[in-house]
Amino acid sequence: MRIVVDADLCQGHGVCESEAPGVFEVGKDHQVVVLDADPPADRRTEIEAAVRFCPTHALSLVDE
Amino acid sequence: MAIDTGTREPARVSGGEGSTGHLEELRADPIGLMQRVRDECGDVGVFRLADREVVLLSGAEANEFFFRSPEEILDQAEAYPFMTPVFGEGVVFDASPERRREMLHNQALRDKFMRGHAATIASEVEAMVADWDDEGEIDLLEWFAELTMYTSSACLIGKRFRDQLDGRFAALFHDLEKGTDAIAYVDPYADIESFHRRDAARAELVSLIQGIMEGRAAGPPATQDDQDLVDVLMSVKNPDGSDRFLPDEVTGMFISMMFAGHHTTSGTAAWTLIELLRNPDVMVRVDDELADLYADGAEVSYQALRAMPLLESSIKEALRLHPPLILLLRVAKDELACEGFAIHPGQMVAASPSVSNRLPEDFPEPEAFRPDRYLDPREEDRLNPWTWIPFGAGRHRCVGQAFAMMQLKAIFSVLLLDWEFAPAQPSDTYRNDHSKMVVQLQQPCVVRYHRRAVARSHPGPGA
Repeated sequence: MRIVVDADLCQGHGVCESEAPGVFEVGKDHQVVVLDADPPADRRTEIEAAVRFCPTHALSLVDE
Repeated sequence: MAIDTGTREPARVSGGEGSTGHLEELRADPIGLMQRVRDECGDVGVFRLADREVVLLSGAEANEFFFRSPEEILDQAEAYPFMTPVFGEGVVFDASPERRREMLHNQALRDKFMRGHAATIASEVEAMVADWDDEGEIDLLEWFAELTMYTSSACLIGKRFRDQLDGRFAALFHDLEKGTDAIAYVDPYADIESFHRRDAARAELVSLIQGIMEGRAAGPPATQDDQDLVDVLMSVKNPDGSDRFLPDEVTGMFISMMFAGHHTTSGTAAWTLIELLRNPDVMVRVDDELADLYADGAEVSYQALRAMPLLESSIKEALRLHPPLILLLRVAKDELACEGFAIHPGQMVAASPSVSNRLPEDFPEPEAFRPDRYLDPREEDRLNPWTWIPFGAGRHRCVGQAFAMMQLKAIFSVLLLDWEFAPAQPSDTYRNDHSKMVVQLQQPCVVRYHRRAVARSHPGPGA
């Protein structure tokens, strides 16, 4: 799975960071940084929650 | 996106022949006007506000253009002249509106602060219902306006400040909100009653806050933990030792911080309750959902941050049908093209949640209250990110959205667990007053409450 960020939409709420710590980080510039672009499959549930609860729908998950 | 060939001028909506164009129609029936623009002109159409043309966009493609455009192309700052006298003209901020929004976002609205805010909100609701008898009536406009004044001041400015407020503050704030007549597009200081009241209310707020600041100077907080934003701002000094921020500036900052989250949340709370009363089958299901979620004694501060599918969907549906902001505005800074239509510098560009949220192609049964449209697998809000726009979309999307949803979930958790409501007037007589740019519930808007025979809440510590 691959995490895709729409940077136009991210406002840095940090919900993803709370849902999947270590995968996402929101810095002082209010933009999400994907720390682990190719995360292990056992984190999928957390990452799906991060995608789902992102208040601005800036994240998506692509299976390849 | 600037294109100089191959574009056409968008169609102009009928009417508006007088010198102020469609201003009178905007003041009388704004949603009717905007819907007519779409019906007559399509996704891109023009109406006129005094000497300014407004290009109104609607539909997914045009809305995406609107919401993706950066500030340099579609500027927000000069699009809302009716807000200048509310925030205070001549108030010099250290930071741009964008930077202030960022600061607010960073300090008060981040995910990690939400649990504390949820507890604060739950206790504010409990404090207000503590004054209720076993049954009675409330005016939805006044009650929710007062509640959300306390919650937003407590969460955004601090508990100490909130504890120094009473109903007067909410009443003055209401006068500011009512002072947003679209006549401001001609003259923000026109000689009309609502503008006089607006200016008097602002002056009164300055003196209230000045009083609070003088009190603080006499008795500063014991520890740093007791500090709120008033103390923080008062601690900033000029090189000569004088206060950096005067009461007028502090008032302006507080108004600008609290304004966006006040009438919006207050109105949405009222409309959620009204729609649940109009749709008793949904109310029963929301009641059941709350009973289940709180059955094991969960605290509101915990639960309000978690999924409450049907309540959340009911709030979303109230927002879709009754968006608190009906017209979002920008000013074009360049020659632009949207769907092949030309937009010129200086023209205003607009999107309308009222129109877009009810597009039948995106929202089947657009006029009906159907919370199930948000449940898996329909998820019509996620499916239509550019037309389900009660919070806007894109880079200017409401930064308070997560806070607002949490707040509304906390409010209804407390209210619906222990109380039952019924309309106190025919249910089709609850309406919005669209005569001002800030939409408010039109009075009368009364509901009855009575205490449930068996309370279902489990007050936790501090409740």
